[in-house]
Amino acid sequence: MTDEPTALEEKASPSLPQSVDLAAAFEESGVRDVLKELDDTMIGLAPVKQRIRETAALLLVDQARRQLGLATETPTLHMSFTGNPGTGKTTVALKMADLLHRLGYVRKGHLVTVTRDDLVGQYIGHTAPKTKEVLKKAMGGVLFIDEAYYLYRPENERDYGQEAIEILLQVMENNRDDLVVILAGYADRMDRFFESNPGFRSRIAHHIEFPDYTNEELLKIAEIMLSEQNYAFDPAARVAMAEYIASRRGQQHFANARSIRNALDRARLRQANRLFNEAAGPLDAAALSAIAETDIRASRVFRGGLDTDRKPAREAAE
Amino acid sequence: MRLRQGQFSFLPDLTDDDIRVQAQYAIDNGWAVSVEFTDDPHPRNTYWEMWGHPMFDNPDAAAVVYEVNECRKAHGGKYIRVMAFDASHGWESIRMSFIVNRPKEEPGFRLVRQESAGRLVRYTVESYATRDPEGARYA
Repeated sequence: MTDEPTALEEKASPSLPQSVDLAAAFEESGVRDVLKELDDTMIGLAPVKQRIRETAALLLVDQARRQLGLATETPTLHMSFTGNPGTGKTTVALKMADLLHRLGYVRKGHLVTVTRDDLVGQYIGHTAPKTKEVLKKAMGGVLFIDEAYYLYRPENERDYGQEAIEILLQVMENNRDDLVVILAGYADRMDRFFESNPGFRSRIAHHIEFPDYTNEELLKIAEIMLSEQNYAFDPAARVAMAEYIASRRGQQHFANARSIRNALDRARLRQANRLFNEAAGPLDAAALSAIAETDIRASRVFRGGLDTDRKPAREAAE
Repeated sequence: MRLRQGQFSFLPDLTDDDIRVQAQYAIDNGWAVSVEFTDDPHPRNTYWEMWGHPMFDNPDAAAVVYEVNECRKAHGGKYIRVMAFDASHGWESIRMSFIVNRPKEEPGFRLVRQESAGRLVRYTVESYATRDPEGARYA
């Protein structure tokens, strides 16, 4: 081995490296940490995790190609997250912002969450500055538009949503280096939204679908939510919670993990009430943090669900 | 005559990337960045027209470059500057100010001599551009 080949190579392309170590880049960028965190903190969502891993690989390879001078264009990173309520779209968007930041595709990595109200104005001339203000705030990070289909209201042709859409499309195209837009919403309505706004479909490269959680996953989520607040189910309560999840799923306004969080909030309320009424003498930490079966079983879900609200006041008052 | 006001005025014109880096420095220091324009380049004309509000809550300077370019579209033939205001106690003042856009032709200033009582002469400068009415300057 002599120095000659290296000298020649250096002459050929003084600024570009000759090879890229993907594994090292993977370690360095901290993508592994984000993916691991995603795996550890998010229950289920296997297809979503798979898609994110693929996206991360694509971006990493793209970055390597750019280092070698093979690619110069910024890839389109705008995404759409579709899925039922409570399936973790916002949480994953937060992780996605972190991921893109670590890979160097967005400079700041903050997430700006908006809905129609934040983008669309009240009167003529109000929408454009409002939308631009939001877009400017999101630059260098990720703009997450929740329930994006509300932007487009075909029934009202004078709706200002169309104006917001036009500005959004323009910035998504011209300022691709500056911000990444994630549209989120229910699958069927998003499909209709994309059909009536073909401009969006063509500008969005990654469509990620969020499946519903299974009952076992929801139970696991419930336990994690409780342990984060230093509560725990006792064994009978755990069984009751499993039954609760199974029957809650069949009822109205089921919102996956969000329904579970609300159920746990109410269970904590009942537990506090129970302790207050029944306890005689001092309580230890275990008693204060145990959710008992009765706290779960008292839920309306076991008595036919939310519809009991609609019954005459005398019955509901029971 | 090239107008020399504010920072970097003896350097070649700043590119968008230069502007972004400078504005990012201001944002990272917690200063509010704003864009202003004028067609009256007199050095004592400190209050230029504001282009939108000062950007208090944008963490990234891409927003500043975006606004500069929007301002260029509307007022490309005038002077545009980027300023950074430091609101912290004891400063409460402009910390940075630099010109990011200038007219193609800068006619410069003329010296005006005013004869006063007892052979006294008062001097002042006047921009050749401001002899045209507002809006009609710089073509």
